[in-house]
Amino acid sequence: MLQKYSSSDGLQHIKSEGVAILSSMQGVSQVNFNSDICLSNSLSQDCSSPNNLKKNSSFTKYEKPGYFISHFVERFIDTEVGQIPVVSSKLTFKDRLQTLGARSGITRNNYKVVPGLYAIGMPDENSEVLVTSNFKLTFDILRTALQSDLKADLIVNSSIKSSDSNKNSNKFEKINAWILVLDTLGVNVWCAAGKGTFSTKELVNRVKLCCLEKVVKHRRLILPQLSATGIRAKDVKKECGFSVIYGPIRALDIPSFIVNGRKIVDPDMRQITFNFRERLILTPIELTVGFKAFVFTAAALMFISLINSGLFSLQNGIKAELINTLDRGFISILFLLVGSLSGAVITPALLPFLPFKEFAAKGIIVGAIFSFLALFISPASSLSISAMLALSLFGTAVSSWFAMNFTGATPFTSPSGVEKEMRRFIPIQAGAAFLSLVLWIYSAF
Amino acid sequence: MRNMRYLEHVATLILDKEACIGCSLCTVVCPHQVFQIRDGKAVIVDLDSCMECGACVNNCPVYALKVTPGVG
Ligand code: SF4
Ligand code: SF4
Repeated sequence: MLQKYSSSDGLQHIKSEGVAILSSMQGVSQVNFNSDICLSNSLSQDCSSPNNLKKNSSFTKYEKPGYFISHFVERFIDTEVGQIPVVSSKLTFKDRLQTLGARSGITRNNYKVVPGLYAIGMPDENSEVLVTSNFKLTFDILRTALQSDLKADLIVNSSIKSSDSNKNSNKFEKINAWILVLDTLGVNVWCAAGKGTFSTKELVNRVKLCCLEKVVKHRRLILPQLSATGIRAKDVKKECGFSVIYGPIRALDIPSFIVNGRKIVDPDMRQITFNFRERLILTPIELTVGFKAFVFTAAALMFISLINSGLFSLQNGIKAELINTLDRGFISILFLLVGSLSGAVITPALLPFLPFKEFAAKGIIVGAIFSFLALFISPASSLSISAMLALSLFGTAVSSWFAMNFTGATPFTSPSGVEKEMRRFIPIQAGAAFLSLVLWIYSAF
Repeated sequence: MRNMRYLEHVATLILDKEACIGCSLCTVVCPHQVFQIRDGKAVIVDLDSCMECGACVNNCPVYALKVTPGVG
């Protein structure tokens, strides 16, 4: 039986109903109702039969109509400012599947966590507040890192340890903390800081919106070091009273940072890395970003392969010439593929081992090597010299272009340097592509 | 990171030594350890590894740092 409220007397209904539900629930839960929660809970219930609440056991007491509890939320804790979701420190199969989607670029642009305050473990008013972005991958990395087993040998300063965490007997530390998620439009900390969404303004607003001053007694925020590009610590303090402490670069080092009294014990924690794994993990994105250009170029290559002496004179019959055209088209697309993989996957993977500082030059080396290899193991080996030259030039130019694109993904290339590199290498790449085109068409006649 | 370096002599980072108060915040935020504090002032010790991210510029309380990315 549904109640219909008219706007004028609705408030009256809700008020009285809220009381009814409240009294019916007192026996089964310890939820600390404040007026807001009462109101939203009451709207869900048919006030004539409040006992429904007990029968519907498939719903938890946290569920509210119209809301969807994220799968990574384990429970809620009550604070002065309402219920705060406690997130799990373990990744589920769903999380891993989503990670795969985001890494490959399929779901990358819509992989967000609702911004606001979360909890991990059992934080209280003295627990640290960790600030992060609302890119779900970043959020996942943070929540799993915080509850990972921290080895005892990382704890160097035992006096601080005992006062700060008073779990001396424990060999492992689990961190209890608040997580303040900023709205960075689903972009990771570093890129968001660069783009201005992980900003002083957003941080100050979010702190105020979450009434953080009522949740914790202290006035500290721990920010990832890489967010410093978007934050001015002095202004944050001025505008919301919280001082910014820049934590380590990697989430994995946060437990050590907190346990050691918010101190960096190993200078490497402040040093950015770009190891093999970190480079490789970025390559699928490079490929998906380049995919449009790839398809477009492939179509163009097919078209170019139509320019073929045989097709105009039809000396061998239309069928044979069409097959010839297709063959040439596919071979050129094969070299497009070889060039793309050389530039977007192999060059990034081998980055520190390749000569030259310019990525475009590294891409030329890798592209040339793999194009030559491809010449000899593919059907292209039966082509004329000019066709072979055209194909390898093309593969090399494509590789160089993809490799140059990768400068945008690394954490050590300065914009000034990238600009200098582009000014030098774009003409070279364009020249090589053009020469290759001329040779390719020439080889068809 | 020390094995991966980009182009030399392009970083546009400038430090105003007079203005610097030696608070060391730049050494904290810089992900490439471009600065060190010597005799109570910041010193640029590794200019070529600067990636012009602007973290130091943003956080220096006395505006002693400057980068102009993209005009190298
Ligand atoms: S942040 Fe500014 S004032 Fe502080 S040490 Fe660096 S340059 Fe000097
Ligand atoms: S701009 Fe970035 S990389 Fe360069 S010195 Fe400042 S913090 Fe370091």
